[in-house]
Amino acid sequence: MTPEDIDHLAATLKTRSGLILGSDKTYLIESRLAPVARREGFANVSALLTALRTKRDEKLMTTVTDAMTTNETFFFRDKVPFDQFRSDVLPALARTRINGDIKVWCAACSTGQEPYSLAMLMDEMRMIYPRVSLDILATDISDRCLEKAQSGLYTQFEVQRGLPIQMMVKHFEKIDEMWRISPKIRQSVRFKKLNLLDDLRLIGRQDVVYCRNVLIYFDLETKRRVLEQIANLLPDDGYLFLGAAETVLGITESFKPMQGMRGLYIKNQASQNSARPLRVGTA
Amino acid sequence: MKTCLVVDDSRVIRKVARRILENLQFEVLEANDGLEALNMCKDKMPAAVLLDWNMPVMDGITFLRQLRKEDGGKDPIVVFCTTENDLAHITEALTEGASEYIMKPFDGEILEAKFSEVGLI
Repeated sequence: MTPEDIDHLAATLKTRSGLILGSDKTYLIESRLAPVARREGFANVSALLTALRTKRDEKLMTTVTDAMTTNETFFFRDKVPFDQFRSDVLPALARTRINGDIKVWCAACSTGQEPYSLAMLMDEMRMIYPRVSLDILATDISDRCLEKAQSGLYTQFEVQRGLPIQMMVKHFEKIDEMWRISPKIRQSVRFKKLNLLDDLRLIGRQDVVYCRNVLIYFDLETKRRVLEQIANLLPDDGYLFLGAAETVLGITESFKPMQGMRGLYIKNQASQNSARPLRVGTA
Repeated sequence: MKTCLVVDDSRVIRKVARRILENLQFEVLEANDGLEALNMCKDKMPAAVLLDWNMPVMDGITFLRQLRKEDGGKDPIVVFCTTENDLAHITEALTEGASEYIMKPFDGEILEAKFSEVGLI
């Protein structure tokens, strides 16, 4: 791999996905792109990178970006963000949303485990909140991930990571060696392709945003831009969930941590005046 | 320190499970089949049982049914760990009083997640 090829890859990834390729990532590049190089008929990763730099092949760039972004996820990942949804977020919103309509956006949903976990959680809570209907929108930059998410098909390994056995029995059926989530749960999530670097206004108003373990890959300016756009989608009593290793501190004044709730953020009313208002109806 | 009884007729599986469980601060006991496990439980009930299904002498589901009839036999938390991976087997295990179910092959991460799910860690 030549330094020119690596620099070009880094620049491509940053423009296309916001991903920052740190220094000394030769190992990461090699391990993520070796399968791509093989599949696409290149002799090795170096040949693939050179082609990427010299040919400007759109399809190849998408494939490479896809492979370099991290898609690690599992059902009920970290548990806490789902416990908090059940114990605090859902009760509060159920009280204030008279028509029962609650909008949740899973930004960077990868292969779908996060939105499906929320759908299964809501299914458990149906008896307590019969009037609440959760409108779950799940987006990701990767076509490959979205395709898998929409299929609702998971390996035996995946259904054993974080998913309690009772929920698996209730919501999954076995198809050969794979497990498929029920149509009922599958249909309660809308999937859509979205790059977080794009204009997020088209997402529309949301009550809750899960944006976990994606900002860590962005530089400070990109983190700030994404967070401030999310703030504009949320009403004053909306909620934002970030990953365990993420924070808004030192990045934006739009949000503040919710007391005693790790990873959960609410809008910072004090900064309301400085935040750009959500322009509705303008191009 | 909680005790976990590992019941499996494969010495290799017992060894793998032991290593994972000891890292999770469990005291580990081993049994080669359901009958041996039952006798050990009669002697002293463990906090947890990691249980294979297919074994010589007495299989896992028979062990579980017998265990639940014993004095104090409702206390141990039973987690199946087997290659049987169809819904019929899983449902039967849950009906007979298993708390969780691991489909082989498994690794430390899955075992830890399942044990945490049932409150053992």
